[in-house]
Amino acid sequence: MRTVVSVSDTVVETPSTITLRFPYAPSAEPGQFVMVWFPGDDELPMSLSYTDGVSKGVTVKAMGDTSRRVLALAPGATLGVRGPYGNHFDLTPRRVLVVGGGSGTAVLAPAAEGAIAQGAQVTVALGATRASELLFKDRLIQARARVKVATDDGSEGMEGYVTGLAASLLDQEPFDAVWTCGPEVMMRKVCAAASEHEVPVFCSVERHMKCALGMCDACALGPYHVCIDGPVFPAERLINSEDFARFHRDPSGRRVPFGGPAPA
Amino acid sequence: MAELGVRLAGITLRGPFLLASGIWGESGESLAGAWRAGAGGVITKSIGAAPRLGYPNPTIEVYDQWGMLNAMGLPNPGIDEYPKEIEIARRAGATVIGSVFAGDETEFARLSERIEASGVQAIELNLSCPHAEGFGTEVGSEPADVERIVRAVVQRVHLPVIAKITPNTPDPAALAVAAERGGAAAISAINTLRALAVDVTLRRPVLAHGLGGLSGPAIKPIGLACVWQIYEKVRIPVIGVGGIRTGTDALEYVMAGARALEVGTAITFDGIGIFARLNQELSERLDALGYARLEDAVGAAHSPPS
Repeated sequence: MRTVVSVSDTVVETPSTITLRFPYAPSAEPGQFVMVWFPGDDELPMSLSYTDGVSKGVTVKAMGDTSRRVLALAPGATLGVRGPYGNHFDLTPRRVLVVGGGSGTAVLAPAAEGAIAQGAQVTVALGATRASELLFKDRLIQARARVKVATDDGSEGMEGYVTGLAASLLDQEPFDAVWTCGPEVMMRKVCAAASEHEVPVFCSVERHMKCALGMCDACALGPYHVCIDGPVFPAERLINSEDFARFHRDPSGRRVPFGGPAPA
Repeated sequence: MAELGVRLAGITLRGPFLLASGIWGESGESLAGAWRAGAGGVITKSIGAAPRLGYPNPTIEVYDQWGMLNAMGLPNPGIDEYPKEIEIARRAGATVIGSVFAGDETEFARLSERIEASGVQAIELNLSCPHAEGFGTEVGSEPADVERIVRAVVQRVHLPVIAKITPNTPDPAALAVAAERGGAAAISAINTLRALAVDVTLRRPVLAHGLGGLSGPAIKPIGLACVWQIYEKVRIPVIGVGGIRTGTDALEYVMAGARALEVGTAITFDGIGIFARLNQELSERLDALGYARLEDAVGAAHSPPS
């Protein structure tokens, strides 16, 4: 069920983020993810940052041991890919606010491009810790999105969290939908800001995954399984969940708080 | 509509299709979801003494509709944490069977006491996981070991004890006989078959652990043979498991001797809605054959009409 592919191209996007491009024929929609196996290492769920055509791509931030090793990969590296899995963004809304935090923008970029190609007006609130960590800013500008920037340290754009930028954009103009991906605390705030204006929000959520087939329960999030019921969830499925922005499950299945102690 | 409810090992099941251990079993809300989807009962993930992360990925290989290979490595939150999840499933009204795994009879007995205290209605002993060093098949392949473990548990708990046995031995029925001697109230048969997948491009096993366990439609005939042989050798009820995806699959198991059934891999292929479909299909099948109750068809193939 896996296809072994060879990395055709690597792009260092930011000091902590790399894009791997590889030929993978199955058709995919923006928002979907693949399971990427680094032979001899782990297999991880990764949202596709490039969904069109055969040349797919994932954009990986160095977070754990495996993703740190991924950052050192070069063209020619071998991967096992399966998928795509999960649901995707609905690209039909006409006025979309995209709110991307850090590497979360990886899954939002192809959605923004797809919506613009269908005639939507897309505004992007792009956030990162600092200017050098802004992901896909040029790509989004090139796609004719209106890009607004916030950085935690003020090194580019508005100083502060992207949630504040998103909230002010929502105050200023009407949107038909908000798409967001990033830390769940951030997404929760985006949901709250958009709900004041009754704008529907769709969040791309990440959980530890093993099977990606709705079987093993590793990615359980309340009554949902992120792999088959997500990874894109309408806000109303998340905001009343005890887990959203608060708990995830470690590989043993223990429910642990975000930012809590690492598993044994 | 034929009556699908069954009495099994002293508990009443509203239907025969149980959520198999290891599927949708880490979170209480998932167990509750399987119950709401029509499972007659839900069996928890196998729980051990301490949290266990399981093996690294890849933990799974899926074949086109005919089977699935896994080596999860018994990941579980541990007996201290897990009762919270059981409580969530119980609050949803689910009939919950607690599965435990351990390396020896002392630990099996201790874990069984703990899981009994969490409010489950029966206990299933995992004597059969084929890919975890020191557990499962490694402690459940010899009849004497099975008998000793089951007896140690039965002496310490009040709930019915179900022994889930391995097909990875020459004589699985002998394990069932041993479990019955040890005081088991029912037998679950079978667990997965030890199996391997190799990626020829990468020249390595696909699963991080190498060996795994095969489940799904491919193993149904093997499960049927085990249930058939066990039914002839024990008096306690048998729970059939292995490759059940349709009402006809289920009825094959029932006629071979199963009184209840476990469903796992089929959920991967067909989604959790499979429980409602299986209830419907089995009921229709029984109606068409003139059975008023599922219980009347148990073991029917052992005494066919002349």
